[in-house]
Parts: sequence; C-alpha cells; structure tokens
Amino acid sequence: MKALCWEGVNELGVETVPDPRIRNAEDLILRVSLSTVCGSDLHLISGYIPFMESGDVIGHEFMGEVVEVGPAVRNHKVGDRVVVCSFISCGRCWYCEQGLTSLCDNSNTNPGITQHLWGDDPGGVFGYSHAMGGIRGSHAQYVRVPYADYTAFAVPDGVDDLSALFASDSVPTGWMGADLGGVRPGDTVAVWGAGAVGQMAARSAQLLGAERVVVIDRFEYRMAQARQEFGVDTLDYTATDVGAELREMTGGRGPDVCIEAVGLEAHSAGPQYWYDQVKQQLRLQTDRPIAVREAIYSCRKGGSVFVLGVFAALVDKFPLGAVMNKGLTLRAAQQHGHRYIPMLLERIAAGELRTTHLASHVLPLEEGPRGYEMFKNKEDDCVRAVFQPNA
Amino acid sequence: MFGGASAGATAGITAAWRKARHRQPGPNRWLLVTVNKPAGDIDAVGLPEPLGELGDRIETLVEPAAGGKGIVLAARLRRPGPSGKTARLAGKDPRQEVRLALRRAKSLLETGDVLLPDAPATHPGPRGKLVALASRRAGGEGQL
Repeated sequence: MKALCWEGVNELGVETVPDPRIRNAEDLILRVSLSTVCGSDLHLISGYIPFMESGDVIGHEFMGEVVEVGPAVRNHKVGDRVVVCSFISCGRCWYCEQGLTSLCDNSNTNPGITQHLWGDDPGGVFGYSHAMGGIRGSHAQYVRVPYADYTAFAVPDGVDDLSALFASDSVPTGWMGADLGGVRPGDTVAVWGAGAVGQMAARSAQLLGAERVVVIDRFEYRMAQARQEFGVDTLDYTATDVGAELREMTGGRGPDVCIEAVGLEAHSAGPQYWYDQVKQQLRLQTDRPIAVREAIYSCRKGGSVFVLGVFAALVDKFPLGAVMNKGLTLRAAQQHGHRYIPMLLERIAAGELRTTHLASHVLPLEEGPRGYEMFKNKEDDCVRAVFQPNA
Repeated sequence: MFGGASAGATAGITAAWRKARHRQPGPNRWLLVTVNKPAGDIDAVGLPEPLGELGDRIETLVEPAAGGKGIVLAARLRRPGPSGKTARLAGKDPRQEVRLALRRAKSLLETGDVLLPDAPATHPGPRGKLVALASRRAGGEGQL
C-alpha cells in the first residue's frame, strides 16, 4: 500500500510499505478515507521528537471504513464508518476507567523510553514515534487500529466524512482544554493559537458558557476564520501588547481561563523569541514555551491555564513564581478524546460544532510532502491539509 | 514467593517487604505494577504466567493497592545480575526480564492480551537502528 513516511529530519516521502495486518484480537483494519496533518507532526518532522526511524508512517487524525475486524472486536463490523481517536486506549486500566485515556497503561508498547524521559509513560498514539508506542500512522491507505472497541467510534449517519475527521483529535483536544481548564458560564477565555485546535478550544469555551472568547495569533487568515465561524475576538500579537489588551477587555483582571494551543515551536514578536530559539538550537532547552509564559502572565489571579500544545521535555525561564503567587491552576494533557468523542459527534450532527472550514486543502496522498510544506510555511492560507489516501 | 495468598497473609508479608526494601541496594529493589482489578479478586490473580515463567529466579508479592486502586504485583530477583549501562544496553540485565514480565502480566490481567507493535520500518537507517535498539529494550526498562 501507499503511505506517507518520515525519511529523516525535514524529509518526507510517499512509499510502498507492507499492508497492516491484525496482530491482536481486538484490532481492526481501517481503509483510510481522510487523514489530516496536525501541528504536532511538525515537531516530529523537524526532529524535535528523536525516536523516529526512516520509513515510519506518520499521521494520527483520521477516519475511514472498517475492512477487517479481529475475533474479539464487538462494537464494529466490516463496512462501518468510524472516526478513530489519535490516542489508543485499552479501556480497562485504571487511567482509562478514570477517563484519563491518553494515559492508558497498556497501549504504549515501548513504555521504558518515556518513563526514562518523564517519569512515567503516556498511552500510545498513532504515527507519533517509537517513544509513543511505535504504532503506524494514518497517512496510508490502510491502518491497524488496536483496542478497536475503545479507540474507534461510529460516525452518525448525518455527519459527513470531512466533518467527522476532526473529531479524531482537534475537536476533543480543544474541548478538553475548555472542559478541564474549568470554563464556566460568564467566563472570559483567551486562547493562544488560531489553528484547528485553538479554534475548537474557542468554540468549546463558547458552548460551555463563556461570555467572551479571545483568540491570539499572528496569521490574519486563521484569525479571520475564527471570527467568521465562531464570532470570537482576535488579537494579533505582532501588532499589539496582548497582556494589555486582555486586561482592557476584562476590566483590568485578565482572562478567567487561558488555553495554550501552540506547543514547543512557539513564535513571538519580541526578543524572547530569539532567546528561546538560540537556547533550543544549542539544546540548552528542548522547547520554546513562549505562549505558555504569556498565558501565565496574562491570566487573572486564581485563574486557570491549560496547556494543550505538545511539549517534549525541558523549558527555560518558566514563571513558576507567577503560577504560585497568583494562585493559578495549571493543567495539561494529551487529549482524553475517548470520553468526549461520542458527545462531540452529536454536537457536530446538531450543527453546534462546525469543522469543515479547517480543511483548507484536500489533497491526494501523493501530495503529502507538499501538503506539509504548505502547512508548515502557512502558504496559500493553509489551515489544515487533508489527505485522501484512497482517492 | 506465592500466588494465591489471602489478603490477610499478604498484609504481613507486605510489612516485611517494605522493611526489606529499605535494606536492599538498587540492583535488587522490588519492581511493581498495579493491576486494575478489585482487591477481592486477589486470590484469582495468583501468579500470572509471564511471572511464573521466571520460576524461582524471582520472589513475588501480591497485595491490595492503597486506596482501593487495584492489586499490586511485585517481583524481585533472588540473585541480582549485572545491572550497569553495558548490561542494560546489551539486554543482559535480568531486571529487564522482570519488568517485562510484570508489564505483560498486568496487561493480560486487565485486557486479556498484550499489545504488539506494528511491523518495523523497512529501511530504518543508522539513526533508526539506534531507535530500534531503544525500542527493543524499552519493554524491560523504565521506572518500575
């Protein structure tokens, strides 16, 4: 079959790889209809996540049609249309039972790597390095889905493929940031990043009752989408003082909830960008936490900061004093999508969550390397490149 | 050491184990996993097969987890083996077998299976071979 593979730092290729096969009784094999790029893939491609082998299939946000099921699969059958959570959940360990499904104890086949890195291992994720389980990604004609009864979700009849696609990752990630960030009716919520996850976090905050939502970015086309689709306010951090603007919008207090949806390759207009960039390139820190710092400084006293962006290891100049002395609640997680996806699919079906505008470029898999280039360099107003591996 | 012990018996042994832990040097620490099963199932848990395969090379404990959070499986080598970086890289540190057996036992008890990775990449390259080595060792390494 054809697949989009990581071939080295900043090098992708479409290759012929062996078809996946059932390896565990709870697996299913999916014929991938749609699979989208994600900002976190850029960290893999750029070499910030070092546990990649040439020929690894990438991609983790996808949906498609079931073509084979293992003997222990109960909830799905051949021909079903499903969306698959990017994280793999066994559904029966303590973490899965608590709804902390991205922390599954049994789905990362290489737990020792991340246990050494972080003190414990999160669950496995599709196409996201051998540190995160070594399960092949979804930018391929077919993909194996482990623990299928827990990881794949039937798409309701009224939801088209493109709408359902983003229920795999962007929508539940954004919802989780608003939900676990503690958004309550009447809150003002600030979201750093107007990409797909940031937009979904902003919309989720609205649905949870936020009175005002402000999205911060520097790309006008992304902010325009957020304004037009969801009616949020936007701030261009290259043109204004974000902290001052947010204070002005909130009577001098700051947002109640701040959601960071940027990650380890954050950009800024100020000198701290170059400070972080130099330290990162010299490997004196692994990640650039610029948006996290700004969220912490901007948040009101006693407020909540939720980190949705992906980080790899160590950061410098982390304002722990602000977290402590302002009495902030700081939370973070990879997405616990399994607890949200059925509800989110219902909301998509009901028209409460629009997602199709995120798919700015729908491409055949053969154009995968070009799709990532457009996405990375923000060419042609690219929000998300979506691949059709079987078109 | 035993598999189907009662909760009462395990409590006493647990106390000895905790006392013993503090006396033991690093290479022979107890390694532990918590299985998400009701403490009442402790007799049924017994000594799962992956641990049983290590025979009398290890001693084991099974006890209720604190706070009703399941059942703790613990194991340690009766005779510590090589444990330096070279042994670990070469896969010769016997604690790696114990960690692997504990993880497999937990997964079997919780899900009835042990998740297998996908087939390896067809042309991993020099860097990929190092990653593949790390992956081969990863099941037996970590913080247990």
